Amino acid sequence: MKSTVVRHLALTIAAAAALLALTYGLEPFRNYQLATAAAYLCATAGLTVLTGLSGQLSLGHGALMATGAYPVALAQNEFRDRDISGGWVLPVSLSIGVATALVAGLVVGLAAARLRGPYLAGVTLAVAVIVPALTTAFDSVFNGDQGLSVYVAPPPMSLGYDFPYERWQAWIALTGALLVMFLLANLLRSRYGRHFRAVRDDEVAARLAGINVARTQVLAFVVSAACAGLGGGLLAVLAQSVSPGAFSLTLSLFLVMAVVIGGLGRLAGAAWGAVLLVLLPEASHSVTEALSLSPSAAQRLDGNLPLAIFGITLVAVMLLAPGGVQGLLSRAAGLRRRTRGWSDPGAERQHSAGR
Amino acid sequence: MQLKQVLAAGASVALVLAVAACGGDDGGGGGGAAVPGVTDTEVVVGTHMPLTGPASAGYSKIAPATKAYFDHVNANGGVHGRKITYKIMDDGYNPANTQQVVRQLVLQDKVFAILNGLGTGTHTGVLDFLASNRVPDLFVASGSRSWDQPDKYPGTFGFNPDYTVEGKILATYIQKNFPGQKVCFLGQDDDFGRDSLLGIEKILGATGVAVKQKYVTTEPNVAPQVGALKAGACQVVMLATVPPFTALTLGTAARLSFRPQWVVSNVGADYTTVAGRLGEAKGLLEGMLAVNYLPSQFDLDDPWTALFKKINDQYNGSAEFDGNIVYGMAVGYLFVQALQAAGKDLTREGIIEAVEKGGFRGPGLAPLRFSGDDHSGYGGQRMTKVTGTTQEYFGPIYETDEADGPVKEYADQPPAPPANGIPAA
Repeated sequence: MKSTVVRHLALTIAAAAALLALTYGLEPFRNYQLATAAAYLCATAGLTVLTGLSGQLSLGHGALMATGAYPVALAQNEFRDRDISGGWVLPVSLSIGVATALVAGLVVGLAAARLRGPYLAGVTLAVAVIVPALTTAFDSVFNGDQGLSVYVAPPPMSLGYDFPYERWQAWIALTGALLVMFLLANLLRSRYGRHFRAVRDDEVAARLAGINVARTQVLAFVVSAACAGLGGGLLAVLAQSVSPGAFSLTLSLFLVMAVVIGGLGRLAGAAWGAVLLVLLPEASHSVTEALSLSPSAAQRLDGNLPLAIFGITLVAVMLLAPGGVQGLLSRAAGLRRRTRGWSDPGAERQHSAGR
Repeated sequence: MQLKQVLAAGASVALVLAVAACGGDDGGGGGGAAVPGVTDTEVVVGTHMPLTGPASAGYSKIAPATKAYFDHVNANGGVHGRKITYKIMDDGYNPANTQQVVRQLVLQDKVFAILNGLGTGTHTGVLDFLASNRVPDLFVASGSRSWDQPDKYPGTFGFNPDYTVEGKILATYIQKNFPGQKVCFLGQDDDFGRDSLLGIEKILGATGVAVKQKYVTTEPNVAPQVGALKAGACQVVMLATVPPFTALTLGTAARLSFRPQWVVSNVGADYTTVAGRLGEAKGLLEGMLAVNYLPSQFDLDDPWTALFKKINDQYNGSAEFDGNIVYGMAVGYLFVQALQAAGKDLTREGIIEAVEKGGFRGPGLAPLRFSGDDHSGYGGQRMTKVTGTTQEYFGPIYETDEADGPVKEYADQPPAPPANGIPAA
């Protein structure tokens, strides 16, 4: 167990170094996309733990991101209004966001632990609908559809006057994402991770083995919601604004599709899903531009194409590669390894996750 | 093993992004001091618009109309030898998308300026980003007063008369023509609705509006609000609504047998758009009062309307001719005027200076007020009324300011358009 943590820590540090180098190599817009993908990764990784590893479906994760985002906005603006500044302000705001999402996750998780299948989907769907509606109901605080702008301090002067703002944003978001991945990787290798998988595979067997099924499920929900909350908070910081439109039901559905396409049940799949969420709208815009359609047809396609592509990709992935992008990759890697006489524990996991 | 896979995935992502980054960088500047988006033969500008989503009805036609006008200009040699390329991005009226697409336009596509970005809530979110990148943010498609803050946002200029100006003009008309009647209000729950109500109350007083209701675009049901207006026995109802919600409100009211006098904000009153939404029930629009400040799409004797119609047929695939098309083309005309005024050596500072110098006359009925300390757009409007299937102007043109200035008549008429439809330098 100890050695696992140490190994994960070493890997995380290596990843941080590689990503740091990457942020110096990318143009500002690509850094912004990288930052956005990192923010989404927090949420998709959390959802992977919930859906892929503990077997609970959530259609409300977009809304849980909102429960993390709004407190960050309120806290940041409050700090600014009181002229409080410093390097610790943003981490504190983000922690408040995570804590709020955690509480929301606990409430939903307690209900979820008593429900199965379509009933669970129904409750989480309600979360996705109700949370944005709350911003309208309490519009003196949340400013309705227009949302709130989020004050974010400029990069520290010690980085230099010309330091690109987008690189700074990428650093903030990547720090959050790496933290989430490190903690989740350790959690999954721990006793709790085994409990999650046991509950997912067979509740009765898990109960016979002495696992408290309900408590395990609630734990998975709380962890997952906290991750989503951090993702939402980071998104608010990146966009410097929060609004219900940013956390609509569509986002919740996109998150589910993203983790399925990325590869359900593995953290690496969550990374692919997050990248897809960022690149797809841009790709579809390029497609409509390249097609040189009549103005009205292009108009109609532009907004709807990402949805269509996402849907089609989802169907194709389900039919051709149930393990998602990551499943395909590790199958390829597994083949290579096997020829060198290695066994790949990941391949088995992928199999059970693909059911 | 999990984290190792993550690392592998991360590395692949890095590779993909790096490749994409290299691909996106195609040399850039065509000589001289590099002004983003400007070469000797081209100027690239971009916009964000709701091509899809709750506000797209009608509005989605604006940017293509502007583009069609630019195509007309390009076919006639462009401005100072430069063709105008207009990049239109869909943000679905969602501020989070606006953030993404505007960054793409500025950082990736390296546009010279953002032109006519649409939406109060959506555009508010990118003001700081545009200001800190010193991107000209010209002629925002919304009447929020936020665009008029030269100290904070030196590159941002409005286009629409602001909603407070509009509220004052509408309320003045009501005060004169419906004395003693009970006036009520339904508005969008953002700066649009709030600024509009502010203008109305400047004229009618804080107690002059009997029932005030609001809606959000994410909730397509206004029955409770309309019910409250009916219960309040409202006789004149002022609407600060986007077109789909104008249609929804009128339809809902008809179902509740509630028939007040409707007085609608310019942005939600285009007859063709709202009638299209109402379909069979478009008769509900009979008698609807509103305001406008651009040539009427129904008046083909107006030389501006005739010009825009011709360009629409030639370059916009004969899209259904409505107020949004006129609006989009008027924006295009103003932008070309600004480009002409900025001169051959086009820079970002140069165009901002040129706009601040002002003095633009074009299709608009009311004066444009641009100056060093005023970045708001048109300063007045004229009343319109729906009769049968047209929407026609009546009465004088009014102008006023967003503060407590009087609402007064404006006598000048717009000049005739140039023969080729392109403003001269």
